[in-house]
Amino acid sequence: MKKFIRIASGQGYWGDRFDAPIDQVKEGPIDYLVMDYLAEVTMSIMQKQKSRDPHLGYAKDFIPLMETLLPLLVEKKVTLITNAGGVNPVGCMLAVREIAERMGYTGLKIAAVYGDDILNQLDTLIASGNSLKNMETDADLSTVRKQVTSANVYFGARPVVEALKQGAQVIVTGRVTDTGISLAPMIHEFGWSWDDWDKLATGVIGGHINECGAQGSGGNFFAGWQAVPNMERIGFPIIEAYPDGHLVVTKHESLGGLVSEQTIKEQLVYELGNPAEYITPDCIADFTTIQLQQEAPNRVKVFGIKGKPDTPFYKVSISYFDGYTSIGMLTYTWPDALQKAQKADEIIRKRLEYLGLKYEDIHTEFLGYNACGGDTAPSINDPNEVVLHIGVRGKNFRDMNKFSREVIPLVLTGPPTVTGFGGGRPKVREVIAYWPALLNKNTVEPKVLTVEVI
Amino acid sequence: MKKIQLVKIAHARSGDKGDTANVGVIALKPEYYEILKEQLTAEKVKDHFGSNVKGKVERFEMPNIGALNFLLHNALGGGGTLTLKHDAQGKVVSANILRMQVEVPDDWEIK
Repeated sequence: MKKFIRIASGQGYWGDRFDAPIDQVKEGPIDYLVMDYLAEVTMSIMQKQKSRDPHLGYAKDFIPLMETLLPLLVEKKVTLITNAGGVNPVGCMLAVREIAERMGYTGLKIAAVYGDDILNQLDTLIASGNSLKNMETDADLSTVRKQVTSANVYFGARPVVEALKQGAQVIVTGRVTDTGISLAPMIHEFGWSWDDWDKLATGVIGGHINECGAQGSGGNFFAGWQAVPNMERIGFPIIEAYPDGHLVVTKHESLGGLVSEQTIKEQLVYELGNPAEYITPDCIADFTTIQLQQEAPNRVKVFGIKGKPDTPFYKVSISYFDGYTSIGMLTYTWPDALQKAQKADEIIRKRLEYLGLKYEDIHTEFLGYNACGGDTAPSINDPNEVVLHIGVRGKNFRDMNKFSREVIPLVLTGPPTVTGFGGGRPKVREVIAYWPALLNKNTVEPKVLTVEVI
Repeated sequence: MKKIQLVKIAHARSGDKGDTANVGVIALKPEYYEILKEQLTAEKVKDHFGSNVKGKVERFEMPNIGALNFLLHNALGGGGTLTLKHDAQGKVVSANILRMQVEVPDDWEIK
């Protein structure tokens, strides 16, 4: 057994810094590279792409990235685990195989983890007694059934561990949890048992530190952003995992960023609910047991973690079409910037009323004044400029377009010293709403398909 | 006791889960945690945010890292892609909570 393994975060979300994964492989030793691509809205976009072309439905720009990354992975013997497979992991795996074949990497094994996509099984599942009620509102799925655009189960580390057992060096998955892709290599390498809850919870917390990329290593760092070195080439986190169930968070020395108890604490609380019950498909992790200790510059030991058994359910992420939003912005300047922006808001609202247009919601904020702070922001006198930020939400596309036509005319018809309209009419965007639900674990089975490059 | 702004003794990060914003408030030094625990009640936090938070505020203690985690319900204008708020994901709620006032002993030297 290895004394420890290094699991490097290569991407915090789809659209993150493109060369971060390349730097993680190039700039120092790592054993695994993990990359997160998926958010709720992403699955819906991918389903749309797949419905137009059955070969698509995965993160398209992952393929050109593999042209650069794959030779490095092979040279440095690094295993890649990513959920770039979206709603078509097998298609994604085949596209990677094509590159590997062209490059002549005979013997390389590539795996797809799938079975999480239950969009086509929804009615069968409901008919056989799985209500898929909304976890937050308790509403019945039938209320939005026709608008559903994607439905995926969150798998944990299990199928990824299976793919690792089969010898895969590149693993593309569908909806596997962000924490599962970091936990899987630990279970595989150290042979942790599936009921060793404390160790599994430790791996999950390592995954939580990795899952947002540089947010775990000095990015978006409130307590000391001024002192974070070289943010233009910030080093993403690397989790050194040890068989006894402790971790050291670190980063490559040659890259920027900062790994300190404070940067880790900020990431630990990110998107956290009840800290004692961090529920994943693999276990429940107790964040109130985490101990941190800075053992050297840019090295923080994470230990003492307790876990509890997993629940009988998978979380399901369902997305559905729920109308449109449109947000317009106009910039008003001194003198009386705020009063001008307020007047413009009043005019737009009166115009909508005059035109007989009604929306589910209309909302105004003043950027530069109190948009981000709301009631917590103290008032300021005579700002140099204020941006009017006005949005509406509704189901009727034509009415949404009519709102969009009402913003820019203010430039010639409303208060003076207004600018910042160069982007033209506000866009009308689709609302893809999120429906969280639970599904009994025995109703779906993860699948693993491994192919060898010939 | 003297009044100071929370930002002098704590740092924070916030994010979203649907229409709920979460914000973790972390003591800058271990000895500050007791102040946070005593004074940052769910009720006071709810008051501070006023109409920004339509629902209830829940508080969880994390003495191990000197932090409190708050859940601010119905705080993101519907959340997700539904919201019309500029801060759609509650990313800057962290800064907003640090505007709160807390009382600390007079002899504490805090810059």
